[in-house]
Amino acid sequence: MGTGKWVGVFAALNIRSKLFWIIIAILALALIPFYLGDFLVVFVTEMLIMALFAISLNLLFGYTGLLSFGHAAYFSVGAYTTGLFLLRVSPSLPLAFLLAIILATLSAWIIGFFCVRLDEIYFAMLTLAFGMMVHTILWKWDSLTGGADGLVGIPRPILNFFGLKIGLSSITNYYYFTLIIVGICIFILWVIVNSPFGLILKSIRENHERVEFVGISMRRYRLFSFAISGCFCGVAGALFAPFEMSIAPDIAFWTKSAEPVFMSLLGGMRIFVGPAVGAAIYMYLKEIISGYTELWMIYLGAVLIGFVIFLPGGIVGFIHRKLYAVGEETP
Amino acid sequence: MNTGINILETRGLRKHFGDLAAVAGVDLNFGEGELTAVIGPNGAGKTTFFNLVTGKLKPTAGKVYFRGRDITGLTPYQIARKGISRIFQITNLFPELTVYENIRVAVLSKMKETAKMLTFDRNLKRANDETDRILDTIGLSDKGNYLCGVISHGDQRLVETGVALAIDPVLLLLDEPTGGMGPEETDEMVKFIRGLIEKQDITILLVEHDMSVVFSIAERIVVMHQGEIIADGKPYEIKADKGVREAYLGEE
Repeated sequence: MGTGKWVGVFAALNIRSKLFWIIIAILALALIPFYLGDFLVVFVTEMLIMALFAISLNLLFGYTGLLSFGHAAYFSVGAYTTGLFLLRVSPSLPLAFLLAIILATLSAWIIGFFCVRLDEIYFAMLTLAFGMMVHTILWKWDSLTGGADGLVGIPRPILNFFGLKIGLSSITNYYYFTLIIVGICIFILWVIVNSPFGLILKSIRENHERVEFVGISMRRYRLFSFAISGCFCGVAGALFAPFEMSIAPDIAFWTKSAEPVFMSLLGGMRIFVGPAVGAAIYMYLKEIISGYTELWMIYLGAVLIGFVIFLPGGIVGFIHRKLYAVGEETP
Repeated sequence: MNTGINILETRGLRKHFGDLAAVAGVDLNFGEGELTAVIGPNGAGKTTFFNLVTGKLKPTAGKVYFRGRDITGLTPYQIARKGISRIFQITNLFPELTVYENIRVAVLSKMKETAKMLTFDRNLKRANDETDRILDTIGLSDKGNYLCGVISHGDQRLVETGVALAIDPVLLLLDEPTGGMGPEETDEMVKFIRGLIEKQDITILLVEHDMSVVFSIAERIVVMHQGEIIADGKPYEIKADKGVREAYLGEE
């Protein structure tokens, strides 16, 4: 009996074992507040939020084959809904999140309805146009959104977890709250990409015309993917508002939509965790380079160009290929 | 085999591309269980005819009836769900999915499991068994894990056929199944198509340029020329038809 058990343990310790890496990652993340200072905990919290943003976008980008340049819209809908609810209605985080998720999904559903009819560059341009519309609304609707100043002083309320009251005002507590929510969302997305539905999305990415001839409505599945992706971007936005405590319309600007696209390309859009790793690298590079120069965009851009040209599968894609020799299997 | 109800019926079917009438008024009936070959020179309108039946193109005029019901103008996925499946002249698959996954997409569609988001795909036992069965039918059980884009052309044609069969079609349209194949692969495919008619209750329409294939498996032959039907009958009748010889067979 003992031997079989130990074989399992050793298998899990193998660096080719995905479980090994998952356990290491969870342990490292759970212990972060113990070995990093508050400044870095803030940084890692934002990294987690951006990782969720990127993985959510990648459901549409890497898995369904649709490049959206407008997903900051759903991130912002999530952020503004949470911010406004906490500021003006009630300091209840669960209700704020629930409303944020509903509105982000709904807006993604409505915008997606029009976008999924188009392919490739036309799809990308339409998502960009809708994204800019949302940005303009947030910027110009002074009475609701605070216009260019945005929302200021969003509280981090006390979370009532089945009678257990947890104050989220300390960054450590907000970090754990973020870690748990992001963890749950990424787990759900992971189940989705491994479900029958996930395979249909991949087949649409591979050949969106052919899939119709086996009886699948390509548009309907694209729309599902769009809405689910928007929903989880909304969760990322909902986490972002109380984290920053003040938000402005720049989070809906198209450059914010481009960030998760870059992250997916950096990390690898064909590997589930690729965008999350891409998010960590992107934010780290941005932090380092912007410490030296105002022109950080130029250097970051150069790094990205290098990646797209020399590592088209992204960093995780590259490591994955080296470890598992994927793609070298030919008859 | 003809039970009286036509599986497929077209009336006055037309498709114009600008001034060109690619399909110029086609009236045809196909009975249940028939294997009909549609032949004709390049540009005769055979593939366009297939595209009109499967909803890839909308007809300029005319009607398509499937088992007595009007299906004109439906989308490809609606038509596929009614039981019409096809393979394409140019291999049209999911290149970066494995052979197994290619078949599986169609299996999931048939089993109406495609909307399941919170179950692991690999845990659907019924779908696993069915996918394995189809892989076995097309003889590619040992190549299930290869990416579809890297296997040989002949194997890709088989996967294409497997995907088309996996939705359990009533009517199967084969657009040049042996196109680009060597003689051995062609023999395999012919054997495979024969097996289909013997084992399953399926109606097949076949577009094929290889006349030895056509005359060895077709029960009926329809000859198209410039968008019109110029002959329709048993293989021996077509062989004897003077018009066909002039328009088509004579050219070879």
